[in-house]
Amino acid sequence: MPQLLERSEVLLVKLILLVPVALLVLTVAGMVWRTTSPVEPGVAVPQPIPFSHKHHVGDDGIDCRYCHTTVETSASAGMPTTGICLSCHSQLFRDAPALAPLHESMQSGKPIAWNRVYDLPDFVFFNHSIHVNKGVACVSCHGRVDRMPVLVRQQAPDMQWCLDCHRDPSGRVVPLDHITAMESFPALSDAQAEQLLQSLRLEDPRRLTDCSTCHR
Amino acid sequence: MRRLVAPTASTAAAIGVDGGRRRVLKLMAASAALAGSGCGQPPPEKIRPYVNMPEGMAPGDPVFYASTLLRQGCGVGVLVETESGRPIKIEGNPAHPASLGAADAQSQAAILTLWDPERSRTVMRGGQPSTWTTLLDSLATQMGQEAAARGGGLRLLSGPVSSPTLLAQIGEILARFPEARWHVHDPAGCDAAKHAALQLFGGPVQPLYRLEHAHTVLSLDAELFGPSADGLRNAHDFMNARRGEPRARMYALESTPGLCGAVADTRIALSPAGMEAVLDMIASQLGVSDAMAEQRPGPQAAWVSRLCTRLSAAHGASAVIPGHSLSSRAHLLAWRINTRLGNLGRTIHPIAQRLPPAPLADGTHDAAPAPEGLGALVQAMHDGDVQTLLMLDVNPVYDSPGALDFARGLSRVACSIHMGLYRDETAHASNWHIPMAHELEAWSDARSFDGTASLVQPVIAPLYGGLSAHEVLDMLAHMRTRSAHELVRAQWRNAWNMNDAEEFERRWEEALRRGVIEEAQADRLVPIDEKALKARLPEGPGPEPQLIAVFANDHNIVSCNQANNAWLQELPRPYTKITWDNAALIGPATAGRHGLRNGDVVSLTSADKPDGLLAPVWIVPGQAEGVVTLPLGYGRHQGGSVAQGRGFDAHVLQEVRNGMSLRSAAVQLRPTGQHHAFAATQHEMGLAGREPVRSVSLHARDGADAADAAPPSLYPPRQYGGPAWGMTVDLDACIGCNACAIACQAENNIPSVGPEEVARGREMHWMRIDVYHADSGGRAQFQPMACQHCENAPCEIVCPVGATMHDSEGLNVQVYNRCVGTRFCSNNCPYKVRRFNFFDYADHDPSAAARANPDVTVRQRGVMEKCTYCVQRISHARIEAQKQGRPLRDGDVVTACEATCPTQAIVFGDTADPRSRVSRAKASARNYTVLAELNTRPRTSYLARIHDKEAGLEEEDDG
Repeated sequence: MPQLLERSEVLLVKLILLVPVALLVLTVAGMVWRTTSPVEPGVAVPQPIPFSHKHHVGDDGIDCRYCHTTVETSASAGMPTTGICLSCHSQLFRDAPALAPLHESMQSGKPIAWNRVYDLPDFVFFNHSIHVNKGVACVSCHGRVDRMPVLVRQQAPDMQWCLDCHRDPSGRVVPLDHITAMESFPALSDAQAEQLLQSLRLEDPRRLTDCSTCHR
Repeated sequence: MRRLVAPTASTAAAIGVDGGRRRVLKLMAASAALAGSGCGQPPPEKIRPYVNMPEGMAPGDPVFYASTLLRQGCGVGVLVETESGRPIKIEGNPAHPASLGAADAQSQAAILTLWDPERSRTVMRGGQPSTWTTLLDSLATQMGQEAAARGGGLRLLSGPVSSPTLLAQIGEILARFPEARWHVHDPAGCDAAKHAALQLFGGPVQPLYRLEHAHTVLSLDAELFGPSADGLRNAHDFMNARRGEPRARMYALESTPGLCGAVADTRIALSPAGMEAVLDMIASQLGVSDAMAEQRPGPQAAWVSRLCTRLSAAHGASAVIPGHSLSSRAHLLAWRINTRLGNLGRTIHPIAQRLPPAPLADGTHDAAPAPEGLGALVQAMHDGDVQTLLMLDVNPVYDSPGALDFARGLSRVACSIHMGLYRDETAHASNWHIPMAHELEAWSDARSFDGTASLVQPVIAPLYGGLSAHEVLDMLAHMRTRSAHELVRAQWRNAWNMNDAEEFERRWEEALRRGVIEEAQADRLVPIDEKALKARLPEGPGPEPQLIAVFANDHNIVSCNQANNAWLQELPRPYTKITWDNAALIGPATAGRHGLRNGDVVSLTSADKPDGLLAPVWIVPGQAEGVVTLPLGYGRHQGGSVAQGRGFDAHVLQEVRNGMSLRSAAVQLRPTGQHHAFAATQHEMGLAGREPVRSVSLHARDGADAADAAPPSLYPPRQYGGPAWGMTVDLDACIGCNACAIACQAENNIPSVGPEEVARGREMHWMRIDVYHADSGGRAQFQPMACQHCENAPCEIVCPVGATMHDSEGLNVQVYNRCVGTRFCSNNCPYKVRRFNFFDYADHDPSAAARANPDVTVRQRGVMEKCTYCVQRISHARIEAQKQGRPLRDGDVVTACEATCPTQAIVFGDTADPRSRVSRAKASARNYTVLAELNTRPRTSYLARIHDKEAGLEEEDDG
């Protein structure tokens, strides 16, 4: 049987047939790129002031709530206002060049623009206060910030990670007076764990894994 | 991407691949390029904390401020929800008598006007940008000249004013310039009513209705339920009277279907002249007519006499309420009838309009003379008597009757200054234009329809550098610039006669917190002039013309400032369901006589205006034949891209007699053969035997549960542990006012889509108000319809990606991030309540980012959406309850629609709790679900309307 197409034409046909495949690959790559957070886990994010959680939390022992004031009452944990920073730094390290943006902010009345490290998608509605009030310790999501000279995100905050806890929160909660502690909580006896769960009154896992719990 | 694909396409062309395939390749390349350009990684976000956090302003926690919005000069109390200092939603203020917790569509849409980027931003002089200082210099010279002439050429034109501070300032100006005059222009008001009140009371008097004491109400074209300064309160009071025993009755005579007609026990379509004849007959039966009106025997006589009997039987508890379309003679008749029926001081309180104080020589104050109307001003302008004209928040070039020809008069004024939110028609025709601050941007005060004073509290600094009217008037009176805040505080320090600074601060803070300064005084009743009451009435109307045009306020756009508001433009009118347009409303017989169909353009001409205007018609069942209703507020030439170029300007045909703008005119109608495409949202208004709206008789309302038993289902029953959310809508209380639809739009970040998209059926309202015409009388039935949250939801079983799911509390949730836009769910929804984002609508809305509710996702293109039962409010309530360690209580969760309903027709709550309000409502015999035969088992149920047979005026129940 004679060849229908010449060799060069066969190549062309093959190339044309490859176009949809290439488009598909490009689309998938594009979608992945688009849905990936610009901040990678484990990578430090540059900040206008090289703030060290290690120094403030680890060395100085300042409680999380001193700066993140609304973490117990509000959806947002609250970033420290310039005023809160200056409550110490109007005296300490006043002339440090690194703190220049702080004084500038107070003088100009313009806020310091911190770069976001934990960025959830816009269709996720995370509420700090309910997690903190239900025994989810800061460290369980944010990691050992007392060992981080520069804040890095521990893991990608994807839905699977949230669901791991929402499906079975019982083993991960701590007593409320231990919320901001950095060291891991000592293992509880069965009876103690039972008592803790009773006092926290956690929602049913079915309720916790409803779409409407986090998405609106 | 284009570079990759383009060579392939050109090679294909070179080897002679046919054109069709080449087009496919081109399209593929183009779509890939488009897809690429629309994409982007989420931008790295910044966190900007406060420099110093204001007390109680934690980010993410809303703060509510009590303020006041103005409606025809009267105050309506609101609570403004702000998020980190950004106002995002308006709710009613429960402490304010004109709101009682409800807010109408116009009040709630004010948030969109506040953020409107097309509002005026700069001082303009003769069409060129200028500055405030230049204006001050020029004004100083001008006022110096005026002072020399004792203000002989100075005129002030404003809308109706209730603000004590503004009245005091006007009083100061009139005292400083004794020859100056103050004129009031109220395009949404009724000159005939004012004229009648002036005759009877000797001064400007407004009737204040107390419908909670009413048993029998006769409305004659009255817009009792708004949109107006007292609409919310009237609706609330009347529905309370209806729920009482005996059930209050409403009779409505209407030239065009209005909100009263839908709740009336009997509604009769009549022309304004026909209504006046009915009033004549009632007056003569009650013996208050001077000339015994000849008893016209006819079909009317029987029901009028029945009506008369009912009104007399409810002595002191009835109300005869005439509307805008009636003549001043008819208003006089109504006052007479109400006096004879003993209603004055019970259901109708005549209260005096407040006037500017005029200082007397001995230091005391007297009231200045009442302001003059627009007619007197135009006369003075034509005579060349006006040198300086200050127009405060009015747009007379557009909204004055065409017969006045205000624009020509204005051109003869040497120095005309316009102040307003927009650079509208008047701004363009004036020498100066000053941008005005929005009500939510500047300090002021106001009195409500019943005289309750409240503060207008700004919730944000002027976004576009607008000024307050107080500041400009202070400039005029004293040549100084004090802030509006100082002026208002000074006014109340005087009024309270308070020298103790601490005590003043305490009282001021309290007024700000409550949103009410002082309650209205109970008895400021104005005595009626007995002589005027018995005086001879003017001659009755002559022979009725074949066709009469009635100029009606639009249902949505009542003032010029609302015209550039896309929410109000896209809100379907209660009866016609037209959006973005006005239409000449005619009855079916009138349409048949001229061979007209919906959208046919007709030419309307009057004797004075042979040019007339072109208007497309819309046929409305229940419209009085021989009457064409022309809604005002459209046909704008300036004032923003949303307002301009829509509909027709009916003011052109409006006539003036004795200085009164008439609300009707004899016209001729002629078809032109042209056609206009309307964007309407509901096309089928028959019930088609499906009974979506049901009625029960008055006696059956308390009977045993008549709800249909649910048919068996193949699906296993669902088990719920916690609350099971549900809703009831009382159709007997629903007045079809649309407040819930706008509340939903504001709460849930629902975009406006524009008339072209609406015409394609792509409107996005989660809450739509269906209207059905069940009986021939044109009495309509409204039915708010949103997602029914079915137990056996047809949408859930067809979604291929599980984007619509049942949650553990029975909500039918829509998961935006799962939705791929197949639209199967929408096709399978028998209630047609799902909305699809055909475009990224939020991207086209410049103010969306600032105004959006941060608790609700802004949906992107290709995603289905629908009512969520305000899941964000449920979440918020649940989290708050859990933090306090208590179970959710009834009333913790209030949906946006429920919160704003003036008649409490909507009840939301936990149906698993037998004591909750919603469970009690669902236990009513009137409870039913729509399309129950489909066995969807909706969580939203309706309470059937009550048909009070004895209350009707029909023939059969006379014996």
